[in-house]
Amino acid sequence: MPDMLSKTDTFSTRYASWGRYPLARPAAVERLAWRQALPDLGAFERPVLAYGQGRSYGDACLNNGGVLLDTDGLDRLIAFDRTTGRVRAEAGVTLAKLLDVLVPAGWFLPVTPGTKFVSLGGAIANDVHGKNHHVAGTFGRFVTAMELVRSDGQRLVLAPEREHADLFRATIGGLGLTGLLAWAEFQAIPIPSDQIAVTRTRFRSLPEFLTLAEAAADAPYTVAWIDALSPAGRGLFMQGHHAPGSLPAPSRFKQKLAAPFDAPSGTLNALTVRAFNAVYYRAQRRDVARSRTHYEPFFYPLDAVGDWNRIYGRRGFLQYQCVVPFADGVAVTAALLAAISAAGAASFLAVLKTFGDVPSPGLLSFPRPGITLALDLPHRGPETLALVRRLNAIAIEAGGALYPAKDAVMSPAQFRASYPDWEAFAAHVDPRFSSSFWRRVTAAER
Amino acid sequence: MPRLTVRRLLVVGATSRIAHETCRRFAAEGASFVLTGRDVAKLDAVAGDLRARGAALAAPFVLDATDYARYPSLLDAAVSHLGRIDAVLVAHGLLPDQAEAERSVEAMREAFEVNATSVLALLTPLATYFEGERRGLIAVLSSVAGDRGRRENYVYGAAKAAVTRFLEGLRVRLAPAGVTVLTVKPGPVKTPMTAHLEQGVLFAEPEDVADRIYAAMTRGRDIVHTPSWWRPIMSVLSHLPERVHKRLGL
Repeated sequence: MPDMLSKTDTFSTRYASWGRYPLARPAAVERLAWRQALPDLGAFERPVLAYGQGRSYGDACLNNGGVLLDTDGLDRLIAFDRTTGRVRAEAGVTLAKLLDVLVPAGWFLPVTPGTKFVSLGGAIANDVHGKNHHVAGTFGRFVTAMELVRSDGQRLVLAPEREHADLFRATIGGLGLTGLLAWAEFQAIPIPSDQIAVTRTRFRSLPEFLTLAEAAADAPYTVAWIDALSPAGRGLFMQGHHAPGSLPAPSRFKQKLAAPFDAPSGTLNALTVRAFNAVYYRAQRRDVARSRTHYEPFFYPLDAVGDWNRIYGRRGFLQYQCVVPFADGVAVTAALLAAISAAGAASFLAVLKTFGDVPSPGLLSFPRPGITLALDLPHRGPETLALVRRLNAIAIEAGGALYPAKDAVMSPAQFRASYPDWEAFAAHVDPRFSSSFWRRVTAAER
Repeated sequence: MPRLTVRRLLVVGATSRIAHETCRRFAAEGASFVLTGRDVAKLDAVAGDLRARGAALAAPFVLDATDYARYPSLLDAAVSHLGRIDAVLVAHGLLPDQAEAERSVEAMREAFEVNATSVLALLTPLATYFEGERRGLIAVLSSVAGDRGRRENYVYGAAKAAVTRFLEGLRVRLAPAGVTVLTVKPGPVKTPMTAHLEQGVLFAEPEDVADRIYAAMTRGRDIVHTPSWWRPIMSVLSHLPERVHKRLGL
């Protein structure tokens, strides 16, 4: 049982997932330093998996008993054309380091998840989405080429609809299972400044949220914070766009703020979160408020607190994200919120967003049209796992899907039901690659 | 202290993680580089990264730093690419296996040649160059290991001690010519050089080390410890009486 791992096992905590659940212990870690001098991937006796920044929440980035290829050293840029915005970089580079170079030159990530501390390879392997999904689709849509290293020694350059197009579709959102990504190239988007113009609108119910989302269909970025403890589903709807202004000078120095140690596991409970949520909702006096902000607090509100996952204490937390189709979407989302509320499970930050109909390019991509709900649940043991299973059942029953990057619980049947292309995908999995997630969702059910 | 203008750099051992990370800070300002390293593919990876980050020029020069006969052509190449050299950063080195260096004369000599002799040899024509220019900066990666001979790494430490002492004298010699000599003393850093060791809490991030080196280079400092808390630690360690040092087995 993963739970029986010793708490002082530094190997399993250094190479943990962001939710710190489940814990897993790699048999070995191979640190990669140069893309031109990679180890022979076919020579490992145990299954292999690339590990970037460990920002997947569940077990997609874990490989219990296997070999992890730590890609942190593969962080070099290869080319950046400042006139076209085409960027090629090694797969281990973080989006944060890319932004340091892109933004002063007037370019931005075409799609960004809620943290910039993921690797480029991780962004591709999970085909991440962001606040502009309804107009732009996923990150994978902007990948123009990438090099995949297979365990048989082949180094393949994949490109959409051209070279190895099938393997390209398997590798986008492929959870690192099709081989090791050495580098990737993507198309950045131009920005006039590092500022975002934001409009915040209060809503008192889920139907009100949907109305706001429909009215903002052309807004470049939209997202809503929702009070997961309010039965009606009150919250704040945010829309934003890159504002005119000036670009910053290239930055050289970074300040980091981090939660220095684990908070006691009981710090976050229904009471404290209820208080936080009430304050957050009322902090805004008017129903509609406009402001201008730097892109960091808009896109990465939690990145300012380095190891924010530690506020959940040693037991970690379960991050939950599902998408449910628009048909019955309000009713199903209400049912999910009711289940969370009934369980008294506190959620510090619950996020609601509509996914658009821009097709996701990967065989295993998560985003599809519908309403997506994301929140974290402090891990209180079996009761929390039971709640997540209830939520999963509701979402899957409604024809929805669960996000592998945030999942630690879904069953093989639920995986097959929500990822119908999984068999086509499995044919592209490198025979020497595997992950804790992959073994879990492809296990034979009793 | 006036800020030094560092826009044209010669970097010896540019594939070292610390050197590369330091160069990134200058590249963001549009600096030009001549970069040396033994492995052409790795050197190209570093040069490509610096160009993508804004370097006006990043010219690779394949060199084994112990190939003394090629120093004149290195200096020629650097001057012809850069026009003049504002700063040299000497960063090549190897971490010898202490146990092997205790057994093998060959291993001991190699460690000393790479970490000390070749560094001092390189600085010989470079010091003359900068003395003639009457300006410029010589920055060299030494190590806190050079401040006290220690049981676990005295072969490495002895070589770094030679570098530190050499730079002390060189600094005095070049000061009248307006040339700055910077001794960089990192503690252990999380780099490929130390990847085989258990990287504990004393290991610094290369980004943080590079931030301090960049600051020290542009501010014309003489000595910089990275991270800064190594300075008081080494001050205590290097003043320990031998009797105590021996008993502690440090």
